[in-house]
Amino acid sequence: MMLFETTDLTYSYDRVTALDRLNLSIAEGSRVALVGANGSGKSTLLRILDGLNFGQSGTVRFRGEPMTEAHFASDEFAFSFRRQVGLVFQNPDVQLFNPTVFDEVAFGPLQLGWSKSEVRDRVGETLDRFGIAHLKDRVPHRLSGGEKKRVALASVLVTDPAVLLLDEPTAALDPRSQSQVIDLLVEWGGGAKSVITATHNLADLEDIADRCLVLDGGLVVAEAAPAEILRNRELLERSNLIHAHRHHHRSGELHSHPHVHPSE
Amino acid sequence: MRLHFLERTIDGLHAGLALALDAENSAAAGGLLQQLDARVKVAGLFSLILAAALATRLWVIAAVFALAVALAALSRVSFRVLATRVWIGALAFTGAIALPAVFLTPGVALYRLPALHWPITAQGLTTAGFLLLRVETAATLALLLVFTTPWMHVLKALRVLRVPVLLVAILGMASRYILLLLETAHEMFESRKSRTVGPLAGAARRHVAVASSGVLLSRSLQLSGDVYLAMQARGFRGDVYLLDDFAMTRFDWLALAAFLALAAAAVWADR
Repeated sequence: MMLFETTDLTYSYDRVTALDRLNLSIAEGSRVALVGANGSGKSTLLRILDGLNFGQSGTVRFRGEPMTEAHFASDEFAFSFRRQVGLVFQNPDVQLFNPTVFDEVAFGPLQLGWSKSEVRDRVGETLDRFGIAHLKDRVPHRLSGGEKKRVALASVLVTDPAVLLLDEPTAALDPRSQSQVIDLLVEWGGGAKSVITATHNLADLEDIADRCLVLDGGLVVAEAAPAEILRNRELLERSNLIHAHRHHHRSGELHSHPHVHPSE
Repeated sequence: MRLHFLERTIDGLHAGLALALDAENSAAAGGLLQQLDARVKVAGLFSLILAAALATRLWVIAAVFALAVALAALSRVSFRVLATRVWIGALAFTGAIALPAVFLTPGVALYRLPALHWPITAQGLTTAGFLLLRVETAATLALLLVFTTPWMHVLKALRVLRVPVLLVAILGMASRYILLLLETAHEMFESRKSRTVGPLAGAARRHVAVASSGVLLSRSLQLSGDVYLAMQARGFRGDVYLLDDFAMTRFDWLALAAFLALAAAAVWADR
């Protein structure tokens, strides 16, 4: 049985089509990267896979169960789903709404009905593991970008979800914070969990995924192992993931080569 | 300079709201109200607000106001904060509403305005006094609750006291939304300022202000929607759950009894 399956999934914002009759299957235990330029439909797809938005047509299934608004109206299905699936948003500011970092990390487990002693123990462990124990009494929205991202990750990973959805986990981070986030994700995944990451940062692709789906215009235009995708320059240029960079050498010769923006 | 006024206002609101939302600041003060159970504070302060609202004698409302000021002092809430955040604002806004009553309420004329010959009546002054004092008293008591209780505890106390879940959820999100809105506004004005050299003409200033308002509204709607989705993604279904358990101590019961007795005394004195 597939973890997620979409059939002819379509989603539009007013007159802009984000997903256009999208068909994809994601297997249990896989580490998948959704790669695409801005506006390719990655974030929309993640929100649909997390049951936050619902397509205007087509179907989405999670382990064979249909994901519809009617299903999520039931507490039983909603809580069961939320215990298994976690989503880290691209913008940590929208994810940090509690008065302290400790409360922020404790929010999810409390909503999911964990006992208070279990929440206290697990939050303490998670803060230590993410190196943010010293921030536990700070107001989350006043932290630096890298710290906010780590708190956002901790607030989702504290429940140890079997399925993790990540929206641009290294976006707008300095190089050191980027590598810390990637290290945390690699360490957490351990190869046993399902991780779906939306990114246009090609530099991290081989660390975070075993399989890549390239999205362009709301459709999957390619699907392969990261190394294979990275070798396909024509595909990457066509999907706006790299572009030709031209510059002059001292000799005056105009030189051109593919160019990636890893930290965008 | 209208835009400068806007910027200053947004900066002030931003700083004030951030301070109000800081549970750590208020909880660390260690005053009288900070030691009480949130439910006692919600019920006790509400009963005092109710007593002030029902009172028909000015001195009774003044006594409740004096009690609120005493509670602020015992809870180490700065009078400067109360004056700038509550008293001056409430005086200005309620004063604007109450001012016509001073001239329009029929009664014994105490004084006539020199040029307009409008009478200031004793009854008009009393009516305006009632309104102003009631608003100042209620606002002071409400602010005491916010400044001495972490916001999440206020929300949980409201749920415990059977306030509908929908209202509590709206209150919970409103605080975060307002902060996001103000942060976005602050960043927008900073960004505009960094790209503007020299003063703008009046029409251009108005154009910028109106255009900024539209963009701000649109961005804040999107952000607020995202915050709600982020809460849902972590299992939020409308109820508020906290790690802190509410437990009534003997001191809490005594404080609740004192609040209710004072509110009852105010109602009794007003007979």
